[in-house]
Amino acid sequence: MKPFEYNRANDLDHAARLTSDGARPIAGGTNLLDLMKLEIETPDALVDINRVPLGGIEPDGDELRIGALVTNSACAADERIRRDYPVLARAILAGATFQLRNKATTAGNLCQRTRCYYFYNTEMPCNKREPGSGCSAIGGFNRIHAVLGASDACIATYPGDMAVALCALNATVEIATAEGHTRSVPVRAFHRLPDDAPERDNVLEPGEVITAVVLPAPPGGKHVYRKVRDRSSYAFALVSIAAVVRMDGGAIASAALAFGGLAHKPWHDERVDALLVGEVPSDALFDKAADLLLDGAQGHGTNDFKIPMARRTLKAVLREVTGDAE
Amino acid sequence: MTGSLEMDRPDDRNRLDAMAQGVIGKPLDRPDGPAKVTGSARYAAEYAVENCAEGVLVTATISKGQVVAIDEASVRDMPGVIAVISDERMVARPAQGGAGESPVRNVRQVEYWGQPIALVVAETFEQARNASKQLRIEYRSDDDAAIDQHSRDVPIETHGEPTIQGNLDKAISQAAYAVEVTYTTECHNSAPMEPHASIAQWDGTTLTVHSSLQMLKYNVKELADAVGLDPEDVRLLSPYVGGGFGSKLGISPEGVAASIAAMELGRAVRVVLLRQQVFQCVMRRSETTQRLRLAADSDGRLVGFGHEALVSNLPGETFAEPVTQASDFLYPGENRTLRIDLARLNLVTAGSVRAPGEAVGMQALEGAMDELAMKIGIDPVELRLRNIPERHPAKDIPYSSRKLAECLKAGAERFGWHGARRSPCHTREGEWWIGTGMATAARVHNLNEAEARVTLYPDGTAAVASDMTDIGTGTYTVLGQIAAEMLGLDRNDVLVRLGDSSFPPGAGSGGSWGAPSTGSAVFLACEAIRTRLAARLGCQEEELTLQDGFATVRGQTTALSDVLKGDQIEEVGHFKAGEISDKFSAAMYGAFFTEVAVNAYTGEARVRRFTGAFGFGRVLNAKTATSQCMGGMVWGIGSALTEEEIFDKRYGHVVNPDLAEYHVPVNLDVPHLDVVLVDERDPAASPLQAKGVGELGICGAAGAIGNAIHDACGVRLRSFPFTPDKIMAELGDP
Ligand SMILES: Cc1cc2nc3c(=O)[nH]c(=O)nc-3n(C[C@H](O)[C@H](O)[C@H](O)COP(=O)(O)OP(=O)(O)OC[C@H]3O[C@@H](n4cnc5c(N)ncnc54)[C@H](O)[C@@H]3O)c2cc1C
Ligand code: SF4
Repeated sequence: MKPFEYNRANDLDHAARLTSDGARPIAGGTNLLDLMKLEIETPDALVDINRVPLGGIEPDGDELRIGALVTNSACAADERIRRDYPVLARAILAGATFQLRNKATTAGNLCQRTRCYYFYNTEMPCNKREPGSGCSAIGGFNRIHAVLGASDACIATYPGDMAVALCALNATVEIATAEGHTRSVPVRAFHRLPDDAPERDNVLEPGEVITAVVLPAPPGGKHVYRKVRDRSSYAFALVSIAAVVRMDGGAIASAALAFGGLAHKPWHDERVDALLVGEVPSDALFDKAADLLLDGAQGHGTNDFKIPMARRTLKAVLREVTGDAE
Repeated sequence: MTGSLEMDRPDDRNRLDAMAQGVIGKPLDRPDGPAKVTGSARYAAEYAVENCAEGVLVTATISKGQVVAIDEASVRDMPGVIAVISDERMVARPAQGGAGESPVRNVRQVEYWGQPIALVVAETFEQARNASKQLRIEYRSDDDAAIDQHSRDVPIETHGEPTIQGNLDKAISQAAYAVEVTYTTECHNSAPMEPHASIAQWDGTTLTVHSSLQMLKYNVKELADAVGLDPEDVRLLSPYVGGGFGSKLGISPEGVAASIAAMELGRAVRVVLLRQQVFQCVMRRSETTQRLRLAADSDGRLVGFGHEALVSNLPGETFAEPVTQASDFLYPGENRTLRIDLARLNLVTAGSVRAPGEAVGMQALEGAMDELAMKIGIDPVELRLRNIPERHPAKDIPYSSRKLAECLKAGAERFGWHGARRSPCHTREGEWWIGTGMATAARVHNLNEAEARVTLYPDGTAAVASDMTDIGTGTYTVLGQIAAEMLGLDRNDVLVRLGDSSFPPGAGSGGSWGAPSTGSAVFLACEAIRTRLAARLGCQEEELTLQDGFATVRGQTTALSDVLKGDQIEEVGHFKAGEISDKFSAAMYGAFFTEVAVNAYTGEARVRRFTGAFGFGRVLNAKTATSQCMGGMVWGIGSALTEEEIFDKRYGHVVNPDLAEYHVPVNLDVPHLDVVLVDERDPAASPLQAKGVGELGICGAAGAIGNAIHDACGVRLRSFPFTPDKIMAELGDP
């Protein structure tokens, strides 16, 4: 661990002052600290934001505002979230462990970094860790890597679960800028594709602090979060799907699907949602949805399996979410 | 009577059953349990040693070549840095179990990625770790590193003497039923919860090291040899070990580095392996490629048996994963071929990992046996029952006590085994295919020389001391029970002290021999004490009944304290393995039965029920023995479904060197484990009639799971671990 300066902020202004001077916010620390120990991240200064009043889950009209510092455990246990947004509670509970979720925060979870094996090994070239050094995962062991939206510079995946559900729910990230303004970014546009700048995971600008995630009015319908993984718990998704689907008279009235484990961001494809709406569920329809989703999907060797796995998992999820069975 | 015994013939006296205290075998709690769960049990790195400097190992980032220069100046001025040590005595590899001498030194000659080359010492751990990352090292890299495990284009040699008997090729071609298949397993890591750790202290004459080790009597010699001291001047302390699983059988590089640093700097030095280093520079279980050839007659009796394996290790290592160890004795077949080939690879040292040999050999063999049962069309349990040989098929010696048939029957009954033959894909629950599978368990019985000292104090309490270790298995518990039984004492009146090399040399924890060997030494010491008590009471030792602190002879009862009259009696028991293994084939046996669900869409496999029935001689403590069996079965789940230490084929480093990506089973992967202990006494095993149980629960467990996967969904995989992608690739439309 490289020596660093540590400051604790008591309010947002204080935090913003420190972050605009280059300090990195630290919340639960469950990701950032690990990365600092391994010197994958080497910030010169940290600002501990845990005393900034960014907690609490509060309704705002039809919407529900989740403070940036709400822990994953608290969020998943919240009665309103379990009732109105069960896909979110299920996605959170599918991630990490009790102990980690007790520390992990909403904002920290959104900003968690990739689990790419080569990103974690500071002896290996990695464009995300060290821009311009190359990508070791291409041509290497890439079982957990992307099949959609990757670039020649980086084929890493965004590893999280919570954000996949937020993406299906079309939630919004509320951000305090360095200048003291607030801006909002849909979760669907918050994470980036790697393109030629994989060092940037998301659209946060230097100095910006996430203040909340806002859920739109409850979408109704049936919620499913399906996570395919190597072991039953405490493993990142090989493929995951968040689905919020409302049926009406045997046809699909609305559909919002998001995918984890496939890309550098939680993957949302409007065309897939649109294809489903108005249709009567059938295997042929599900196949068409999978064709559309995976059009252009590309494996990199050890992750080739993700393409058929995404197709099969999508079918399972669509059968479940459009069926009568609970 | 003396306190020593060489195991040259069976000990039929069965003395423990004749004792009166009645604690042997009882499911007593561990005396060390409360200390462990409350955190007061101190592990190697946890001792508060004054003025202790912190060291972090620097490891190679090439797979083969030379260290040309270590630029000490690059870290000298960093905050807190005290020294960079790259002494020629540092060791480049861990010692193999029982080596008793220093492992390969010459750290500047790099033979694998992750090889230790230097130690950075600083005032704090964070400073040392930071400096270790900045230390500049110049290499000259060779371009002929052999790192692709699946390439045959590497040096391969035959290990040991193959067994070749009759004509297997002919037997296969003429057999009523034959199976010829190749199974593979990947590298495993012991992944003990406590990483390898040492605190070394040097007072100018004696080197004292708190370390996490399994076999102190060898470890003292290894460390002394490495650092150039007389073994008399080295003291090792390992009272608590947070798991070893073979990776702590021999000393590892951190202990030697800490010792050298302490001797050079004149202050205590602590070195703990980083988790990544546990994966990268201690010990792996070799990957294996196993060719199995089974030939059966029309009744399903084996007439041909072939098990040939390719394993790997670093150049210069003599250890080769003994894949065919149980194949040697388990099944018949007059036409036999057993052999092991060893590929020389530039990957971290391969060595003993819990149940070396059988852990991976049995899972492949039991898969092939299942395939044979399918071919013949008989119940796989019946196939096993028909193939229990009369005498050792190659050595023509008798078996010692063997409860294989009993285990197969008891396990089948407990599990509710269906018995009848059926085709796969018979049961579907929603998205899940459900199937069942079984396998035999077998693990060779090992013994090792051991000494233990037992002291009976004037107040009628006793103490046991040995340099034996308890690596979490329950050694403290069972050694206390043996002494309590033999001396007629309450278990709480016996204090067991272990893990100090100044105590008499025990067997060490390895090869499942700890309890039968060191336990026998305790038994022998107690027998000698009983003889001396008998002399005081004017009777024969056999006439003496000891119970609850009283001695009874011919109806006359005396308190032990009155017999002792203020004296204490101390005896050292000395047990030697002897020649018994040339006369009897002794092993532990068992049977696994499991129910597995396979997701028809995603190929995820989940174990839903798991029963194991085991016979391993006398049960010394039903609770700790059951825990050992369970732990083994959990390893079986990992071996079947998730565990794989992956090496990058281009660079030779471990791709997944942490517990987030090296997937051991988690609670949710493990269903209720149902363990049946089959009653047994094996007089040819030890004077306790006990064998070992620490490894048996793995040996074949993964095979049962693979067989259940096949029964569930019709997919027969032969490349462990059976991860979802591999299963899914073979599944039809959901
Ligand atoms: C072994 C392991 C297994 C895991 N498994 C899973 C899993 O299966 N699924 C899953 O989804 N997750 C998993 N996680 C990840 C876990 O969810 C994250 O570590 C956690 O959510 C991060 O939250 P935190 O508050 O601790 O973030 P921190 O570590 O404090 O911060 C993470 C990042 O967010 C930034 N940050 C934090 N707060 C703010 C803010 N308000 N504004 C701007 N930036 C901010 C930090 O600067 C840092 O870059 C796992 C983690 C571990 C260690
Ligand atoms: S995939 Fe991305 S994170 Fe991984 S090595 Fe390549 S550049 Fe680095």
